[in-house]
Amino acid sequence: MPKWPGQAIMAFENLTQRLSKTLKNLTGQGKIREEDLQASLREIRLALLEADVSYSTVKKFIDQIRQKAKGQEILEGLNGAQQVIKIVNDELTALMGDEAVPLNKSEKIPTIIMMAGLQGAGKTTTIAKLAYKLKRENNARPLLIAADVYRPAAIDQLEILGKDLDVPVFSQGTDVDPREIVKAGLAQAKENKNDYVLIDTAGRLQIDAELMAELKDIETIAQPDEVLLTVDAMTGQNATETAQGFANELNLTGVVLTKLDGDTRGGAALSIRDVTGKPIKFVGQGEKPTDLDVFYPDRMASRILGMGDMLTFIEKAQQEVDEKKQAEQLEKMRLNTFDFNDFIDQLHQVQNMGPMEDLLKMIPGMAGNPALANLQIDDKQFAHMEAIISSMTKAEREDPDLLNPSRRRRLAAGAGRPIVEVNKMIKQFDQMRKMMNQASNGNFSGMESMMGQTGMDMSQMMGGMGGGMPSGNFGQKVQNFAMKQAARKMKKLKKKRGKK
Amino acid sequence: MGLFDIFKKKKVDQENQSAEVDQQTTPESAPSESEKQVTDADQNQPAEKSANVAATDQQNQPAKKGTAEGTTGSTATEASESATADNDEAEPESAEVVAEDNDGDQAVATGHNQDQGQKQDQNEDQHQDEQSNQEVYDRGLKQSRNGFAERFNRFLANFRSVDENFFEELEDTLIGADLGFDLAIQISNQVHEAVKVQNIKDKDQIRSLIIEQMVAQYEAQGQNEDQSMHFAPAGQPTVILFVGVNGVGKTTTVGKLASTYKKEGKKVLLAAADTFRAGAVKQLQEWGNRADVPVVAGPEKADPASVVYTAVERAKEEHYDVLFVDTAGRLQNNVNLMQELSKINRVVKKVLPDAPQEVLLVLDATTGQNALQQAKLFQDSSDVTGIVLTKMDGTAKGGIVFAIRDSLHLPVKWIGFGEKATDLRVFSAEDFVYGMFKDLV
Repeated sequence: MPKWPGQAIMAFENLTQRLSKTLKNLTGQGKIREEDLQASLREIRLALLEADVSYSTVKKFIDQIRQKAKGQEILEGLNGAQQVIKIVNDELTALMGDEAVPLNKSEKIPTIIMMAGLQGAGKTTTIAKLAYKLKRENNARPLLIAADVYRPAAIDQLEILGKDLDVPVFSQGTDVDPREIVKAGLAQAKENKNDYVLIDTAGRLQIDAELMAELKDIETIAQPDEVLLTVDAMTGQNATETAQGFANELNLTGVVLTKLDGDTRGGAALSIRDVTGKPIKFVGQGEKPTDLDVFYPDRMASRILGMGDMLTFIEKAQQEVDEKKQAEQLEKMRLNTFDFNDFIDQLHQVQNMGPMEDLLKMIPGMAGNPALANLQIDDKQFAHMEAIISSMTKAEREDPDLLNPSRRRRLAAGAGRPIVEVNKMIKQFDQMRKMMNQASNGNFSGMESMMGQTGMDMSQMMGGMGGGMPSGNFGQKVQNFAMKQAARKMKKLKKKRGKK
Repeated sequence: MGLFDIFKKKKVDQENQSAEVDQQTTPESAPSESEKQVTDADQNQPAEKSANVAATDQQNQPAKKGTAEGTTGSTATEASESATADNDEAEPESAEVVAEDNDGDQAVATGHNQDQGQKQDQNEDQHQDEQSNQEVYDRGLKQSRNGFAERFNRFLANFRSVDENFFEELEDTLIGADLGFDLAIQISNQVHEAVKVQNIKDKDQIRSLIIEQMVAQYEAQGQNEDQSMHFAPAGQPTVILFVGVNGVGKTTTVGKLASTYKKEGKKVLLAAADTFRAGAVKQLQEWGNRADVPVVAGPEKADPASVVYTAVERAKEEHYDVLFVDTAGRLQNNVNLMQELSKINRVVKKVLPDAPQEVLLVLDATTGQNALQQAKLFQDSSDVTGIVLTKMDGTAKGGIVFAIRDSLHLPVKWIGFGEKATDLRVFSAEDFVYGMFKDLV
């Protein structure tokens, strides 16, 4: 399995890997079949549960995917696993809202924003960040109202933050009923013509009837344009109850997801969105006042699935090779001729095979190709070739046309191989040279037929690798790819030799 | 006797007891329903009642009353919080005086709050707190229990036969309780085995089998766990460090424990090493005032390690029994801040080589599987010795307790069921398991 870039999420088995395992038989079948889907949906289900998405949401979601994916055709260039991930990702993004939703704005000032949430979710911190954001980006003049009279020093906290950010804070201590504080605060905002008012409320359990009633009263008094539910991104299965509890009592307009700079998968985002139907408007990702960002549903989708930016990679893989780069390389290659030094380099490379193997696996659909598992190279054959080339003079290596029958006899004696073998190798070399020239001239079309004709083909050279490879269009594609790579390597080694 | 047997025995005892109780206290024994719409008048009555109750012997009080106490309890805390907030020398005794400005019933509630608290401590001292402990667990876990029971029963209601679907549903149900992925699969597999071996087809048998497997797994994984709090030998200060991510309740926990240990007669010192979050020092000072415990604080944005150093020196010189260090919240993947924690650890060791005796990781019970990640990474940076699980009241699933034990073997030492200082309880696996599952077996 290739390593996808951006595997930032630790400690979780990659969904891609697991899906590939389940779906490897799916490759090349063209359509997603029900049986295969069943197995992959189980993996997706577990991945989502592992990411703390609530189980009722997962259930609903999986049903959706099943409907969508059944019988769908697999896009060219993707394998079944990737296709399923694509569907999941698309659906997940759609479920979370396709694009970022901006903050509501009142027609006449002030726009009133109210925060609600459990204890320790990060309401006060978020208020300060939001006020700073409004100030910075909209030149706003916000007023903060400190209505958390319960937690010790909550008001102090807001006041200090306000002072640091140069944003006024309205407070009346802890002896006044929060409802009265809000009333008085709004009056002051009106007087001072503040364009935004942000109300910080105390953290409370959604089942605490008394405190929820208080929150509802504040909502009635303030008539806020935004009621933002603040939720800790690390929340587990409890997210559903919390969101439901607050949604039942308040007219929520949006959600703020905090502490997303941690290593949580953040499945709570999905549950909350599912339960409340309200957009996630902001995410808190750090301790600085500037660390409040607009929420991008697609990024969150990838994070929950734990697949980094795999889809980006899929796109890249489809493009195969950057065309401009390719042209440059071919131009350079045309200037070079293929000699025995290059030939021996090629042999070494084929022997090592490491990078080539990796390269082949990067091509979509090749990851689990059984042909690659059987990849073997006849070491002896290579050793013999090498011995013959080693018997050549420097001049002969650089100019293969020098090799007349007399010289060939000398080579055979020197390498301890029969003359037939020397002739055969030189013939192979000639064909290889022809091929390389063709490759560098950008003419691939004739290559496969040529290889078929001469009886010497890549498969022979590579010890049977080609034989197991898919035939036709795809096989050619792979060989072209290999040729390009070989040419590039050759060039590199040539340069290196030149330096010596 | 296994944990499950203890559990069943408790269940039987409790049933007998509450059968008697129900006859005596029928008029007020349905607070679970009316809990949501408690009016002021309603609160007044049980508050007074339980205040009296608390003053008398608490041992034989019915569980139902515990619920009523819980309801008024939060009001009481608010009252005392708002009452003491502006009062710098806020001794617990002064709360009642201040509260006179407020409604009469709140004053009563505050009084009751103290009574109960003091009573509680006496109980703890005498190691006779099992009954009241159980009440607190019972009340605190009510929401969690009901939530789980509801899902569990719904799951069993759909039960037709033991097939693949059944186990998938079981996994969902267990994961839905925050048990975590690995443990859920494991228990599901164990149930799978047991069902095959014992050839179980009956719904009730399956019900108790699942619970039994959960409890058995929980018990088995808990072997060799050291749940007790460790203290330095007499004459030397004990240093206890509190660490955790943001917003889990570290400062609140320190405040509550300060008051608990103070009441036990210990000489307690607090160190405000959260110099980062605005208002954190003030918050701790407020708790210090309430518990009448001094707080060491540095200048604004001071190096937390220097605050800790000062505090440890002072604890040593002035012969304090316990020093609680409140640290700033930090996300476990923030390398720099985790190193700061290691530094604090080293600074403590410089003055007192055997300290800190305890490093307690404070975890929010509503956290999902990330809690495990938190525990792992905090363990790496500062040898965590135990866990304080906060916010267990409310609808937190509680399954995380199982997951933690199963994968980390870190003992939960304290568990928080509410806003009052006395709602923070010494963790008891028995009471916890009983509180979670008593309606299901």
